[in-house]
Amino acid sequence: MATGLSATTPLVEARGLTKRFAPPARLTDMFRKERAHTHAVNKVDLTISRGESVGLLGESGCGKTTTGRLLLKLIEPSAGDILFDGTAVSGLAGPSLIDFRKRAQLVFQNPFDALNPRFTIERALAEPLVNTGVDRATHHDKVERALSQVRLPPLARFEGLFPHQLSGGQLQRIVLARALVLEPDFIVADEPVSMLDVSVRAGVLNVMREVRSSLGLAALYISHDLALVRYVCSRTLVMYLGRIVEEGPTEDLLKSPLHPYTRALMKAVPVPRVDQSRDPLPIIGNVSDARGQPKGCSFRDRCPLAIARCADDEPALRSVAPGRRVACHLL
Amino acid sequence: MEPPVLDVRNLSIEYRTSRGIVRAVDGVSFSVPKGAIVGLVGESGCGKTTVARSITGVLHQSARIAGGELVFKGKDLVAAPEKEWLEKRWRDISFIPQSAMNSLDPVYRIGAQLEEVLVHRGGRTRAEARSRSSELFDMVGLNPARLDEYPHQFSGGMRQRVAIALALALDPGLVIADEPVTALDVIVQRQILDVIRDLQRKLSLSMILVTHDISVVAYVSDKVVVMYAGRVVETGSTADVLERPRHPYMMGLTNAFPDLDTAAHDLVPIDGSPPDLASPPSGCRFAPRCPFLLPRCETDDPASAALGEGRSVACHRAPEADDLRARAKESATWLPA
Repeated sequence: MATGLSATTPLVEARGLTKRFAPPARLTDMFRKERAHTHAVNKVDLTISRGESVGLLGESGCGKTTTGRLLLKLIEPSAGDILFDGTAVSGLAGPSLIDFRKRAQLVFQNPFDALNPRFTIERALAEPLVNTGVDRATHHDKVERALSQVRLPPLARFEGLFPHQLSGGQLQRIVLARALVLEPDFIVADEPVSMLDVSVRAGVLNVMREVRSSLGLAALYISHDLALVRYVCSRTLVMYLGRIVEEGPTEDLLKSPLHPYTRALMKAVPVPRVDQSRDPLPIIGNVSDARGQPKGCSFRDRCPLAIARCADDEPALRSVAPGRRVACHLL
Repeated sequence: MEPPVLDVRNLSIEYRTSRGIVRAVDGVSFSVPKGAIVGLVGESGCGKTTVARSITGVLHQSARIAGGELVFKGKDLVAAPEKEWLEKRWRDISFIPQSAMNSLDPVYRIGAQLEEVLVHRGGRTRAEARSRSSELFDMVGLNPARLDEYPHQFSGGMRQRVAIALALALDPGLVIADEPVTALDVIVQRQILDVIRDLQRKLSLSMILVTHDISVVAYVSDKVVVMYAGRVVETGSTADVLERPRHPYMMGLTNAFPDLDTAAHDLVPIDGSPPDLASPPSGCRFAPRCPFLLPRCETDDPASAALGEGRSVACHRAPEADDLRARAKESATWLPA
């Protein structure tokens, strides 16, 4: 793949990214003209610069995982473009696709499932190198380096060990090391610590922060956990029903959330202290259905501030302050 | 003072496994005062769910109670025959599962499932059961008009509300909730916790809330029981345990937890992982990870010492707790040696 020429080009850029899923086919559908599709990701624009950590925050079903999979070309978009280092990802095939895979890697959510139970740790770590045809003579050094990056002991300590012989925290570091072994420029980490206990979670998060700053890695952290996003990401995108509703530097966004959804989300996060607010949340009811996307704002039926205009007119994501964008008519 | 609804005394539970007998719960004692929510917290594998299951009498078939007592309303349940358990279950002690998705029968209407409990376990007539079902739906914030719908028509949060309604159907003396909000998104989680809190106040429910999440405990529970590797390491009022932890494990957890309200600080993990319960260490079970280790910690198992007001801690250095807490706040304390 051609290397981007300008340092100002973002490493990852998505424009109008959309993914529709067809509902499961039924026999009666033969008689219907059109079936309602689920808009998992709906006209999403985003950019990630080199070395930048971006958080993608949202509830289950909001499309955050689908967005991550689209960016890595694990699934194809229904519409829209993805540029990686200035090159359209959609056209990649053969050697250029392998090159892309080397540069853009995924860190899986569940370390207990992400590793083949019949592969030794050593083999699991070398597998990406084998698959992308990296010279065998360099494998050992590359694996050792990845292990030290995630603060694990040298390979000799894992000799002959299988995934079930390691703890959850160690496994998640192995999963991260496996993503780093190809020396990627970009990683997508999908809920990287949600399966870990609190006492070991902090260790993995610290490793992620270190890796980001020492390797200059660009990363998209997908999470429902605001505190985690705050800990590792400088910029945050908030997603609701397939759309980005708010975007900004993480600390600004936490200090003064602008979108009514972000505000409710922030109030809902429990804190480990007894003296906390127990006021009712500024939100109505439950997440509505992502199928058949009605007109207007997707959050309006849960929004305590909705006005008549919200029902007809879909708010665009627009800039309200330096670096901050919000999709809401009330701002 | 009123006697506690449930008194767990020196409870031990063993599992038969391919690697031999594993004592997952080892000499656990705590009590549930009437009208209080007790948070039972700990990490995966600490034995909290096993304790909860033993109280509902639904232990896994490979598990058995190896010792101790479960005194419910003055009577020991451990010795009770199965017939008596059956009588107690649901009427006296009910259960809110983690995933209501899997605990509701997909082919029956929700209302029918509520009525089944009311008729068969509660001895109500069909008509009574129907009106009680509407009442229960109202109570947990669901529209009674939706009683005739099926579980798949409900969202995850609504199903969890149904599970709460089911648990409260027969006015039980004790409700056990096992990770009732873990599978839910933050907003829904908060809404369900509010339902639990409101109902607990209104009906003065006695409840055990099993969770790995200290924030959940902080939000709803009056009292905390902290478990580590099959033992109770610390108990007390929620406020006191969270603000003035006396066990090094709890002190460590407070540093490891990301917090939204305070300024971003560096998280400090507790190095290592819990011991393998098939061959637990001979002394304190937290010793291999403890930064305040003394030689005796590796040989002598610390007993749980009562400090009054329901406060107890199992640590040889408990008398120095204030000093240790100050040291625990410094991240250098927790760096691996």
